[in-house]
Amino acid sequence: MWDTIVGELIQATRETWHGVLHFLPRLMGMLVVVLLGWLIAYLLKSVLRSILRLARFDRLSEHWGASELLNKAALPSSSELLSRFVFWIAWLGFILVGVRALEIVGLQEPIAKFFGFLPRLFAALFVFFFGLLAASFFSRAALLAAVNADLPSPRLVSTTIRTLIIIFSMSVGFEELGLGEHTVLVAFAIVFGALMLGLALAFGLGGRDLARRYLERRFVRERKEEKEDELSPL
Amino acid sequence: MAEESVLTDDFLRELINVGQVDVLIGIPTYNDAETVGQVVQTLRAGLLRYFPRHRAVIINADGGSKDATQDLVRAASISDLQHGPNLHTLRTLHCISTQYPGGPARGTALHTILAASDLLRASCCAVISADSSNFQAEWIESLLRPVCHDNFDLVTPVYRRHKFDGLLVRNLLYPMTRAIYSRRIREPYPAEFAFSGRLAGHFLAQDIWSQDVGRAGTEFYFTISAITGGFRVAQSFMGDKPHTERAAPDLVPAMRRTAGVLFWSLDQNFSVWNSNMDSQPVPTIGPEHEISLEPLRVSRKRLHQMFVRGVAELTPVLKSILSTDTLAELERAAAVSEDDFCYSNESWVRTIYEFAAAYHKSVISRDHIVQALVPLYRGRAHTFLAENREVSADEVESNVETLCLTFERMKPNLLSMWDGGK
Repeated sequence: MWDTIVGELIQATRETWHGVLHFLPRLMGMLVVVLLGWLIAYLLKSVLRSILRLARFDRLSEHWGASELLNKAALPSSSELLSRFVFWIAWLGFILVGVRALEIVGLQEPIAKFFGFLPRLFAALFVFFFGLLAASFFSRAALLAAVNADLPSPRLVSTTIRTLIIIFSMSVGFEELGLGEHTVLVAFAIVFGALMLGLALAFGLGGRDLARRYLERRFVRERKEEKEDELSPL
Repeated sequence: MAEESVLTDDFLRELINVGQVDVLIGIPTYNDAETVGQVVQTLRAGLLRYFPRHRAVIINADGGSKDATQDLVRAASISDLQHGPNLHTLRTLHCISTQYPGGPARGTALHTILAASDLLRASCCAVISADSSNFQAEWIESLLRPVCHDNFDLVTPVYRRHKFDGLLVRNLLYPMTRAIYSRRIREPYPAEFAFSGRLAGHFLAQDIWSQDVGRAGTEFYFTISAITGGFRVAQSFMGDKPHTERAAPDLVPAMRRTAGVLFWSLDQNFSVWNSNMDSQPVPTIGPEHEISLEPLRVSRKRLHQMFVRGVAELTPVLKSILSTDTLAELERAAAVSEDDFCYSNESWVRTIYEFAAAYHKSVISRDHIVQALVPLYRGRAHTFLAENREVSADEVESNVETLCLTFERMKPNLLSMWDGGK
């Protein structure tokens, strides 16, 4: 009886020990992969940061208005942000490869899914980033055009354009991610439709005089002579 | 070669028929039916009177007019002259009208004229604006003689202007061009000017024709190129320039082809202007300046309103262009009443130099930087109008000179900002 118990215990201990011995190399392997991954991700980050600095990416980003957005959100510069993003994505990839090496059955499928999801995540972030840039550029262009044409509420025009472009890029981004595709699409359609209807009504009812004046300025030459003495700047 | 693309086959054939010439006059047109006939007639009279022994050609480069401008040019070139019966040419005076591709653009018109002058080996050339309602035969002599007889490479005009005419020229183009490029050229963006074949060839070879500056503001860059290329530049007094002429109701395009071109030129010519400090006068035939003072009804109130509104609405844009101090100064100026409003010389020059540095660094889209200058220029125009409302011509000239000296004195600020901070 005692021998049986001792035998079972030894057997269990041996099996556990075997398990541990069998698992340890995989754990070590994972740790090595994670550490190596950190090193590679860090190198990638440094190289990318240098390349972006050489390519004056921050100036380009400033030019497009992205830096302004990042400053407002208290985020680091564009090149720093992109480098950090690449670092985390690369290291996360290595961590998951390491975890996969542990051969834990339940984790295999989510990890595979994550790697399958990565290209879509990149595409969505790409769309969103360029959406933000386009929103900043076009809203500023609209603001300047409205101020120089002495149109009413230039900030409102500018903010509306910015909001529409951001909403549009977000809806495309979410669609790419497969998150609430229909909800976002329908919400966007409703918001966009409502805005257009609102603008149509506002311009139709409130902007008749403005439209008339604009058309007269554009097409009726005689108006030029009626103006107050026009100062030629040149 | 660059000119091959701008000369159409038919135009090239006509040019070959003309052969080599001594004098070439270019007239860029676009819907100028009202004035072009008279300009061509006067031009012919001028050439016959002052250059009867020269082989001459008039080239009309049209941007696709829809009001029979080209027909009127052709008709005026063969009609009897109304300027006196004693005008006879010793040579055939040719006149060719061509339509350049790509729609109306004075830069493309100039490109066409330069390409034609290069092909015909013209030694003296001039460009005459088709909308010059008071164009006189004597202008041809005033412009061409220094090139034909005194070996100057560029002759720009000096006009008798109303004291409130050409505010952008007086407040920005003349003083800044003078401070940066060290030549006192009154009309750096001329409507009429004469140039040598040598300068035409030099400018034609520049790599600008596919860029914005090759379409608009090209005449201004032509002047800058003549200075930076070390060509001999002179000025010639022309007489009155009507203040309604070339009026640009929309300031934004005007700002693009003036301030935009000037800021752009700073990048191209840094090695030239960073060492120049004191400005030098250029030889002038006739008076250096004349100012007329007849009463003019101008709304300063609107200029003030648009400045105040511009500063308030564009604060986020101006923040990325101007230093904190300059922006604060503008906000203070915008906060006072119209009667107390003043956009001082120092403040204006600081603003312009900070805009130029921001343009160089492309802190935001370069076109947006130029557009953001428009409301600030309106504020400066208001101050100029107020300061010179009831002063004599000499005092106006003295005020312009003070502004020019401020631009020159503060030029080191621009240099320090060029590669440094704001």
